[in-house]
Order: sequence, then C-alpha cells, then structure tokens
Amino acid sequence: MTEYNFAYLDEQTKRMIRRAILKGLAIPGYQVPFASREMPMPYGWGTGGVQVSAAVLTPEDRFKVIDQGADDTTNAVSIRAFFERTAGVATTTTTSEATVIQTRHRIPEAALTEGQILVYQVPIPEPLRFLEPRESETRKMHELEEYGLMHVKLYEDISRHGHIATSYAYPVRVEGRYVMDPSPIPKFDNPKLGGMAAIQLFGAGREQRIYALPPYCDVVSLDFEDHPFDPSKADHPCGLCGAQDSYLDEVIVDDAGGRMFVCSDTDYCEARQMAGHRGKDAA
Amino acid sequence: MIHVDPLPLLSVQGVTKHYGAHIGCADVSFDLYPGEVMGIVGESGSGKSTLLNCMAGHLPPDAGGVVFDTRADGPRDTVTMSEPERRMLSRTDWAFVHQHARDGLRMGVSAGGNVGERLMAVGARHYGDIRDKATDWLDRVEIDASRVDDRPTTFSGGMKQRLQIARNLVTGPRLVFMDEPTGGLDVSVQARLLDLLRGLVRDMGLSAIIVTHDLAVVRLLADRLMVMKSGRVVESGLTDQVLDDPQHAYSQLLVSSVLQV
Repeated sequence: MTEYNFAYLDEQTKRMIRRAILKGLAIPGYQVPFASREMPMPYGWGTGGVQVSAAVLTPEDRFKVIDQGADDTTNAVSIRAFFERTAGVATTTTTSEATVIQTRHRIPEAALTEGQILVYQVPIPEPLRFLEPRESETRKMHELEEYGLMHVKLYEDISRHGHIATSYAYPVRVEGRYVMDPSPIPKFDNPKLGGMAAIQLFGAGREQRIYALPPYCDVVSLDFEDHPFDPSKADHPCGLCGAQDSYLDEVIVDDAGGRMFVCSDTDYCEARQMAGHRGKDAA
Repeated sequence: MIHVDPLPLLSVQGVTKHYGAHIGCADVSFDLYPGEVMGIVGESGSGKSTLLNCMAGHLPPDAGGVVFDTRADGPRDTVTMSEPERRMLSRTDWAFVHQHARDGLRMGVSAGGNVGERLMAVGARHYGDIRDKATDWLDRVEIDASRVDDRPTTFSGGMKQRLQIARNLVTGPRLVFMDEPTGGLDVSVQARLLDLLRGLVRDMGLSAIIVTHDLAVVRLLADRLMVMKSGRVVESGLTDQVLDDPQHAYSQLLVSSVLQV
C-alpha cells in the first residue's frame, strides 16, 4: 500500500472533513459546508459518504457497506472494495461486527451499539430544497427556525392523497431545533434515528454538506396532530426468513404477476435463516 | 364620551433610500392610525414602491425609522429590530400583497396550502383546522371551495390576486401593504377586487397602505392620500380633498390626466 495515503484522501483533507464532522456533532442536524473533493466515482454514487468514511476510518476498523440494505449490490461491493484497496481495512457484512457502516437508503435492522459509526450517503441534504429553490433563503429559514413550509409539503400530501404520502426522506426535527433530511431512508427507519447508540454521520458530496446526529439524540418525525407519523411497511412477512418486523423489498419473480417480499437488510435475513427461521418462499 | 388619542399604528419618520447617487425616496414621514387606509400615488419611478418596500422591511432604508405599534411591546422601530422579530411581524401582524400574484403565491402548491402556509408558519399543526380555515377564506374572497386543492396555475388573474389576499389575511394581520393590487387586471375584475378589498378592510378594521398609480383605486379605498414625485412627497391630505382640489402642480397634472368617461 504505497500508492495511496491511508483511505485515499490526504491527511489535510481528512482534517478538514473531521472538523466539519465535529461541528456537525456539536450542532445536531445543522448542515456544515465542507470542501468536498472529487472522488474516483460519479456524484450520486456516494462521494459524500465515502469522504466521511475515509475521514473516520482507522486501520483497526472493520468496515461494512450496504446499499438499500444489501451487502451485495454494485454500489456496496465497489465501495467496500475501494476501502479494502486504499485503506486495507478489514471488511465484514455482519452488522454487529462492523465498527464503521456506510449506508445508502437504509438503517440496519439490528440495533447498533455505542462505538459504531453509521455513515449515510446523502443526495440532497436540504429538506426545504424542493419547496424553496434559493439556498440563501433556505439558510435563512434554518437560521430563524422558519419551518412552516415543511408542513406545507405534508399538507399537500394529505390534500392530494388523503394521507402523508412521503414515504422516504421523511423530514425530521432534531433536538427541537433543526429540520433535517434523513437521506432517502424509508420512513420505516425514521424511529431508529432518535435515541440511537451509534454516531450517525451524513455526507453529501456534490452538495458539499456534512451533518450529524450524536448518540442518543432526540429526533422527531414531522406530522399533523390529526395525521400522526406512521412508519409504514409492506404488510407481509419476509418470504425467506419469515421476519414480521423488518423492512421488505418487493421482488417480481416471474412475468405472471408473481412476487415475493424479502428483507431489504440481507445480513439480517441471512442471520435469521442461519438461526433456522424459514419464510413461505424459502427454497 | 372620553376621547383617547390613539397611538399611530405605524409612524414613518424621515425614511430615505438612495440607489447610489440616485434618490429612491427622500425624507418621507407620516403617521398611520388604526383602521386607516393610506394611498400613495405617483408616476412610475416616483419612489412609491421603494418607500413601500422600506416600510415593509424588504429594503433597509438609508435613514429614518419605521415605528410599528406591536401587540406585545408597544411601539418599536422595525428598522433596528432584529431580523427574526421583523420576519415574525411580517408573518403575523403584517401582510404584503404583491402586484403580480405569482410573486406572492407558491405556484406549485394548492390553493389550500397557499392559504394555510402562514397558519403553519405560526405553529398550526392540525390538518383539519388548517383546511377548514383555508376553505373559509377562499369563500370570503369568492373562490369556490371546490378549488381548494387546485394549484394557482389553473386560476385566472383575478382569482390569483384574490387567493393572494386570502393567503395574506388568514392570520388576521393589522397592517396590509399593497403594491398595485389591481395592476394587470381588466377593469371588471378590478372592480370586483376593489369591492372585495373594501369589504375586507372595513370588516376586519385593517389598516392599509396602498401604492398605486390608479387614482380610482385610492378614491375607492383610501382615507388619506400622499402624492409622490421624484422620491419626495409633494402633497398629502384627505383623499377627496387631494383629488378634488389638488394644490401642487404635479397633483393637478395627475388628476387631469385621468380620462373622464
């Protein structure tokens, strides 16, 4: 390993990112601008998450990457291979063994513990972006806690669909202060954001923002009194492991309308199958 | 009957705004009392919109003060108050009606959402209540309640303007700033809108400052009138007095320029 500095980025860059992370942890939910570097992957593939991971990784860490809960999809495999090559860290697919977990669009089903770091890949960090296109204005709104507009979005959902139809990237309020986009995780995962023992870091590479949730943070999903937040999921058990409590992917299995529901968290599903649980579609 | 001298709701003191060497408005002072409607007329470029924006906190004046009688703390200078306080005022006690409805509306949000935004901005969190209030306000500005979920892009010009007014008045403001509220509307729609505005202003006991170049608008709505030219107030007084017996040469020109039909 002489071609790259440890974990690809040079030490000065990592210092800069760590400063942004520390600031983010000090002000939960606040978007800290940072000088995002160009990474050897396209924007939208996790450049923000990769930079945050690179800044927090140490040689002793054990690294796990999930993409929509799965360890074996393209994005997860390539980012895992990237850090195997550039940092030489140990990797794992087992949630409980990992010290740093980079994730795209999911929080692992297994409860995380103190000492673990969860790194999210964030495409658009600004929860108000599609309501207010001006960055100068959204910053002012965060500064002055003017979050009425966020409820306008939820109001529109109810008036159009009869219920809050936002099902991912569901806005949350952190410690009674900042409204935050939790990255496009399903709203099923929102209740896990608050009170989590692990550190949660959010990196948006193209948008050049880092934000963070320190452990045991207070996170509330926004809602209306008469339309309370509902962390919904598909109303099925997992077809492979029979789990009733996990977030499910719907998989089309033939061209005759056949489908099955399986855990999106592959590690969770496999661990349950190893323990002898079987769903109705298990071979 | 005991006569109590009320405090002015808004007291404008020597407001001056320069754009470089150019004068936007210079040394404008007046008091606006509760329930009073003040008209500001003048030709394009006379500084009336600059003055309105300075008063409404959209532009920082170079000199002068704008003292508003706040509900909580009594008279406060809105120029020197902190921005959060000023923005809070502009969401609660103030309203601003833009000339172009699309400047004052969120075009991608339904009519109900547009009206409800100010309610949600001041903390309303009950969907049913917000919707009831929005529907009620649509009714008050003569928009059919069945349009509550339609976007303003599907509304006619007059409806957009009425929606903008509903959106502004829903939190029960005490002072409304209007910038050419009837500009760009055809005359029959203008007449309806003016009728509506007059009703709302009287019913709610609103104070209003109306900037316009249309003398018919101030004749119908305004109690008092200021005539501006080149950034300065050249004449002010009761509306009928100024319009029927203009003293300043420019006011005379303005009044005589209106075609009598």
